[in-house]
Amino acid sequence: MSTEFLMGNEAIALGALDAGVNVVTGYPGTPSSEILETVARRREKENPDVYVEWSVNEKAALEVAAGAAYAGARTLVTMKQVGLNVASDPLMSLAYVGVKGGMVIVSADDPGPISSQTEQDTRTFAAFAHLPVFDPSSPEEAYRMIGDAFALSEQYGTPVLFRPTTRVCHGCAPVERTDKPLRNTPEGFVRDPARWVIFPRASYLNHIKLANRERELDEKFSAYPLNTAENTAGGRRAIACGGISYAYVKEALEQLGAENVPLLRIATPYPFPEQLTSAFLRDKDEILVAEELDPVIERALLLCCGRAHLPVTVRGKLDGTMPQAGENSVEQLRTAIAAFLGLPAPKAENRAEPPALPVRPPVLCAGCPHRASFYAVKRAMKELGQKAYFCGDIGCYTLGNAAPLDMVDTCLCMGADVTIAQGLRRVEKDAVCFSFIGDSTFFASGMTGVVNAVYNGTDIVLTVLDNSTTAMTGHQPHPGTGRTMMGEMTAKLSIERVLEALGVSSLRIVDPLDQAAAVDAVKAAAGERGVRALIFRSPCIAVTKPNATYTVTDACIGCGKCVRELGCPATVRQGKQVRIDPALCFGCSLCAQYCPTGAIVKKEVR
Amino acid sequence: MEQNRSILLCGVGGQGTVLASKLIAYAAMRGGLEVRTSETIGMAQRGGCVVSHVRVGHHINSPLIPRGSADLLLGFEPAEAVRCLPYLRRGGTAVVSRAPISPVTASLSGSSYNGADMLTYLAEQVENLIILDTEEIIVACGSPRVLNIALLAAAAKTDALGITPDELRAAVRERLPEKFHALNLGAIDYICRR
Ligand code: SF4
Ligand code: SF4
Repeated sequence: MSTEFLMGNEAIALGALDAGVNVVTGYPGTPSSEILETVARRREKENPDVYVEWSVNEKAALEVAAGAAYAGARTLVTMKQVGLNVASDPLMSLAYVGVKGGMVIVSADDPGPISSQTEQDTRTFAAFAHLPVFDPSSPEEAYRMIGDAFALSEQYGTPVLFRPTTRVCHGCAPVERTDKPLRNTPEGFVRDPARWVIFPRASYLNHIKLANRERELDEKFSAYPLNTAENTAGGRRAIACGGISYAYVKEALEQLGAENVPLLRIATPYPFPEQLTSAFLRDKDEILVAEELDPVIERALLLCCGRAHLPVTVRGKLDGTMPQAGENSVEQLRTAIAAFLGLPAPKAENRAEPPALPVRPPVLCAGCPHRASFYAVKRAMKELGQKAYFCGDIGCYTLGNAAPLDMVDTCLCMGADVTIAQGLRRVEKDAVCFSFIGDSTFFASGMTGVVNAVYNGTDIVLTVLDNSTTAMTGHQPHPGTGRTMMGEMTAKLSIERVLEALGVSSLRIVDPLDQAAAVDAVKAAAGERGVRALIFRSPCIAVTKPNATYTVTDACIGCGKCVRELGCPATVRQGKQVRIDPALCFGCSLCAQYCPTGAIVKKEVR
Repeated sequence: MEQNRSILLCGVGGQGTVLASKLIAYAAMRGGLEVRTSETIGMAQRGGCVVSHVRVGHHINSPLIPRGSADLLLGFEPAEAVRCLPYLRRGGTAVVSRAPISPVTASLSGSSYNGADMLTYLAEQVENLIILDTEEIIVACGSPRVLNIALLAAAAKTDALGITPDELRAAVRERLPEKFHALNLGAIDYICRR
């Protein structure tokens, strides 16, 4: 045994490596991205035979892994919860077809949400897809459960879902690793069309199998050591919980001096361990459910009580006792539990009202080329005096919505900028409809939208913000970068050649930091019909080196235009003038290009 | 150490809170203690508010510190320290950098934010408050990158961190790449001499 201080995502990665994983695929998404990165970083030392890739999107990741699992490989697929929507087409069918090698699909949920579009719950998805799901409460448990998930997957020949939440993914703890890691040698693909080719008749039979498996798994999970019934004789009022809420509940109970309250902890929410639960509920009057996102445990308890005719009152989200949305916390659970148990409410510490706090929304970095791209479009359309709409997408460039740029009118999901713009255009016949898509998103899910526009002859301006990386999630490589996660160099896919092949009506490639050229290009594109592509090409500041910094001379008349129009975080008002913070300025020159008195000058070349 | 110790680090994305929390965790683990931490990773790292929770002791459940129970607050920025003050317990210690970071929104609206109100409020509210003269330290050490280690050193000088300056030095030597040793050890020495 060796102990390492690991982030939950690292623990998941090492758990998979120690369980003999052969193939790891995924698509970046907070809070899941570090899992695959850890595999890539550690595989050389741990097990050089492991193959790892960032796939082009979650659907591709799942399918690549499925193929490998058909051939007997142990596979791990990683994504965030909304990525599971993208992967749901193959997933729903794969649940019927099954796998040979163990397959664990990590879909990280994000209560809050902290960095996501939705608060959807992978546990609900698991029930929908008829797939078992594990729900760890800490990095240590995540490490252990990954091994259990692989074993279960192979035993039942089914993909298994694994859903950590942000606080497990991004929490760190000492994790004890086994010194006897498993290794798996894939048997190879064995042709068997009756098994690997999905057909209605086979699906009917498989559906029956899935339903029957549920009962079998209930029994198995009722005996799973991480599904626990604690203090069963501790009274008639109990608490149920799962995931990170288990840690919160434990702490809240300690603080309330109520450690002896009966506690049911569910680590496998689907199929639900009903036998364990019914036995636990037998002598209870009331149970309070602490869980985040959907009332999954709560519903299962109600079902359980119904089936076993147990007169237990179930309190949770469904009856309005617990909050419907957002994260749980020790404090909030402590209050809810105290009320439930009839204990005195812990008193809140009240301090004097603080002074008004500055709001601090996330912003595009100083020197971010997206700022220049958005501003060029904004300026061009203002100068043309034409009505325009701006459809955005998921990535750092979603931050183009903030003042002063205010350049994102819509944002829905990955790839939707291209297609929402088309729908808007069908109604708004006199508006120029722009779509903004990043390079990674373009490859992930933008291309089919472009085909749709070309095919249907819809007029849009497709703006590709090509900064040569997947910036928001931590700068992962993608098909346009020429690097793979195996550390190999590979052919760079050319966005312009893809667009040409798709048949866009015009194509312009500009450096957004050259504002005059960029504004001209936007104006020219705006004046045309068809699918006009504009590629704004300039690297993210995180993957390049600054070449200069800029400074403000005494010629500054304090008009504030740079601050007001561009909002670069390096520019700050100082008294009657503006100052540039030298530690932040990346030397993009954008502000200098718009200063009416030429007061912003290049200072030092780095 | 009998009791668990909870340390909250807060600042603005890009200020180095994560590295600081890693150093505390490492030093504590070296001392044989259990550690749990929790970090802000994602969109907030682009100049938003970031918070790291560090909990050290013998038996820790939650990776997040409940409000009103942090023993130590390391504020990398005055307003962020105020924002997170509800986490600090009565009688806890706060070590706060004097240098304000103006959010883009303040610059835009022309409203000035200079951190002074925040420091006054902190002085009224916190029994054990240490304000760090950040600008001076940066000039003396020759780099703005020393803010995080300076905050740690200032906390280590008191008992609040649960780690001595020497343990901090060891953590720097063992955890950071060699090229950063001189700068960070220099900053610890500078703070300890004061
Ligand atoms: S040159 Fe101007 S706009 Fe560009 S990073 Fe520096 S201050 Fe910001
Ligand atoms: S990380 Fe890169 S893409 Fe994201 S805001 Fe910063 S410069 Fe822009």
